[in-house]
This record gives sequence, structure tokens and C-alpha cells, in this order.
Amino acid sequence: MLPDRLIAASICSFAKLFTGVRARWIGGFPDQQQRIYFANHRSHGDFVLIWASLPARLRRLTRPVAGADYWLQGGLRRFLINRVFRAVLIDRLGGRRADPIAKMGDALDAGESLILFPEGTRNLGDGLLPFKSGLYHLACSHPEIELVPVWIENLGRAMPKGSLIPLPLLCSLTFGRPLTIGPAESKADFLARARQSLLDLAPPAD
Amino acid sequence: MNPTHTLIALFSGVFAVLALASGIGAFLQWRLPAGRNSHVIDNLNARIKAWWWMIGALALAFWGGKLGVVVLFAYISFQSLREFISVTHTRIADHRALLWCFYFFLPLQYWLITINWYGLFSILIPVYAFLLLPISAALGADTTRFLERAAKVQWGLMISVYCISHVPALLTLEIPGFAERNLQLIVFLVLTVQSSDVFQYVWGKLLGKRKLAPEISPSKTLEGLVGGVLTSTAVGAALWWITPFAAWQAAVIALIINMLGFFGGFVLSAIKRDRGLKDWGAMIEGHGGMLDRVDSISFSAPIFFHLVRYWWVP
Repeated sequence: MLPDRLIAASICSFAKLFTGVRARWIGGFPDQQQRIYFANHRSHGDFVLIWASLPARLRRLTRPVAGADYWLQGGLRRFLINRVFRAVLIDRLGGRRADPIAKMGDALDAGESLILFPEGTRNLGDGLLPFKSGLYHLACSHPEIELVPVWIENLGRAMPKGSLIPLPLLCSLTFGRPLTIGPAESKADFLARARQSLLDLAPPAD
Repeated sequence: MNPTHTLIALFSGVFAVLALASGIGAFLQWRLPAGRNSHVIDNLNARIKAWWWMIGALALAFWGGKLGVVVLFAYISFQSLREFISVTHTRIADHRALLWCFYFFLPLQYWLITINWYGLFSILIPVYAFLLLPISAALGADTTRFLERAAKVQWGLMISVYCISHVPALLTLEIPGFAERNLQLIVFLVLTVQSSDVFQYVWGKLLGKRKLAPEISPSKTLEGLVGGVLTSTAVGAALWWITPFAAWQAAVIALIINMLGFFGGFVLSAIKRDRGLKDWGAMIEGHGGMLDRVDSISFSAPIFFHLVRYWWVP
């Protein structure tokens, strides 16, 4: 719908202006290919930044995966996440009843790309938390879809967890070489490899 | 000439030089065999094009008077601080201190210049921010690399805000017989120091052989340094008529600020190399980031300000 698209476009422009974000694609191009983008997670703005950096035609086919517990609180969040970002909402608190993998799988079957944060929650420290297994299950059920690691630099410093006022720091995104699951690769091996491919995109530590 | 006519003459001169440079750039491009591309010539033309924008912005700010100049340099400080802090790792416990830098100390520093409060603007960052920012960081209760983090934040604020703010601060000086002409001091400073950067680049490209310090800046050569500093010292001396200085004084001051400008670029290169970077950002095509362009101004402006204040303000 037009107003939703307009809101989406203004949020993207604002996010780009405020963060001066620059996207680098190494080992890939932003073409029409269906993908799962998986990134490090330090800020609520993370998926907005990835989403805003994609070309508009890809953006319409790409849906972020977000936690229902946070995003369904309050009318504005609910409107943004459902109508503007069209997120796949995951019930992180529901235990066994919820089947997040099936929900994400449905979106992939419908031809859409996903933005996923395999750490599962926002990381307050350096590096990466251990990956949750969702990425592995999606890779097994949809082996034809590319998995693209995306390192988000600085957004976690600009608007970290618990801070109301953002800093105007320059952010960057690095889209790495796509990976696919090996024929006999174990869950632990695959998740370790995916995590390492994302860490490899990070700038050197101090 | 009255002050306005002098400024118009100066900017016309600079625009004429830029037009000549654009002409030379276009000629070099045209002389290339069809289908060939030269990285050096592309970069040269990108730099010249960016100069048009930068001199245009300066002219526009001058047209806005003191407020215009303050707003322009406050923006330059903001962008420089943004670039500096973006590549300098701090931790979540520094978030509040950084908020103070961006949203309190930066605007306050420039406001103090607007209202001519020399006594406070000269100590706001070296004294007040220096003491208050580490208090804020310590309240974050994270001791990891504490001294290093405090130093990074203070350094970023000094280089990007305190030092750069001395350019518009030149407008607060009351020099006998020089009333209404303080903008010309900014022209002298910016033209001398920036032409030094340009001439170092040109001499380095033409004659550069002996590398000065390849581990810090692979492009800086001895020939570039000597040629650039001497040429732009001559430029500064030739501009004596827009300053309160005699010709020999203008030459000495130009030499001092050119050397400082060179070392400004040198020191900030050392920080870049340590972070594994070539440029501070990608804001200005052909030049890199804002901080790549104003590193020399940052080091020369405060010293220039104090030399003029010490000897020419009664």
C-alpha cells in the first residue's frame, strides 16, 4: 500500500542519513537472488539498516525476522513491524508451541528473502554470541538458498541496548561471500563455520 | 579596497585558479589515448571538483558573516568528530561521555565563540571536558582499557572541536587598524595551509622520490614536503597585504603554520595506520573524509590564533 511504502522509504532515508551507512559487497552482488542474510545483533536498528541498504526492488522481497515479545508491544511498534517492515514475527517466549522454523520456512517458500540474527538476542559485548540452531534448520530445509553473512559495524555503539539517545556515528555493512551447507555437515560444524564467516568480516579488534 | 571588495577579489582569484586547474585536468584527460584510464588523473579531477564545492561552501559561509562561518566550522567539527569516534573503538560505558561530546561540548564551544567569551572557550574542552568526561565514563563502571578510552574521547574532542574552532575564533580578535577585516585572517590561514597540502601533492607527484616515513604515510616524500612548504610559504608571504603582518612576518607565520599543518596530517596518518585505514571517511570524493581534508587546519589554527593574539592584540 502506498502510505506504508512512503513510511518505509522515509525511515530508510532517515536511517541512511543519520548513520551515513556504506554497504560493501565482497564476493557477491545485490541481485534478485533469494537469500538469507544473517548478521551480528547489537541494536534494534540492525535490521532497518540492512533493509535500507538493499536496493528498493530487493527490499520489497526481503523480510526481517524479529521477536514478537518486543515488537507487538504498543500500537506504533505493531504498525511498523507488521505493515512497514512486514517482519516474520517469532515467539521467543512461547516454548514448544511456537514453531519459528516453520514460519520462516513459509516465507522462504513464498520466494521471499530473510534477515536473521542467529545470536537470538542483542549482544552487549564484543565479537559474537554462540549461534542458535535456526540457521542450520533453514539451511537443511532450503539448501538451494544462499546464506549471506552481514557484519554491521558501529550501530551497536550508536544506539546500544538501554540508551535512549543515539550517537551520530558512521556505520558500515559488509556483505560477505555466500555459503551453503555441505552434504554431510553436522549442525555444530555448520554453525561454527557460519559464525566464523561472519567474524571474518569484522574489522580488527584493538 | 573596503573589506567586502577585498574578499570578492580574493575569492575571484581563487576561483580563477580553480578554473585553471579544471582546465589542466580536462587537458590531461583529453590527452590520454582513447579507452585508456589513469587513476592519478581521475583522482586529480575528483579532487579539483571537490575543491569547487569546498571553496563554494566557504564563500557561502563568508556571505553569511560571522554566524555563517561559525555554522560552517561547527559542521566541519561535527563531521570530523563523527569520523574520529566512528573508527576509534570505545565501549558501551563511554556512550554517555560521547553524548556529552556531540550534543553539549560541541555546540557550547561554538556558542561561546559566537558571544566572544574567550575566557571560557579557551578552557572549556582542555579543562572542563577533560575532567567531566572521564567522570561520566567511570560512572559506567567498566574498567577495561579505561585510560585508553578516556584518552581517545578527549583526543577526538580536542582535534575535531577545540582545534578546529580556532578558525572562527579568529573573528573574535580585536586588532587595532584591522576592524571589519578579520575574515581575511581566515582566508590567509585556510589558503596558506590548504595550498601547502596541494603543493605537497603536486611536488610529490612530479619529483617525489625519497619517502619520508613509509610506515606512517606511503605518499609523503621529502621532495613533496620541501617543495610544498616552500611554495605555500611564498603564497602566504604574497598574501601579506590582506593581514596585519609585514611581508617578512607573513612569511615566518606561513612557514610555521605550514610545518604544523604537515605534522597534523602526519600525526593523524599514524592514527589511521594503527586502525588499518587509508582514509577517515568517504565524504569528499578524491580526498577521503572530512578529517583527511582538515587535519592540517586542526594543527595550525590554534597556534596561528595564539601568535596573532599574542603579538597583534593589545
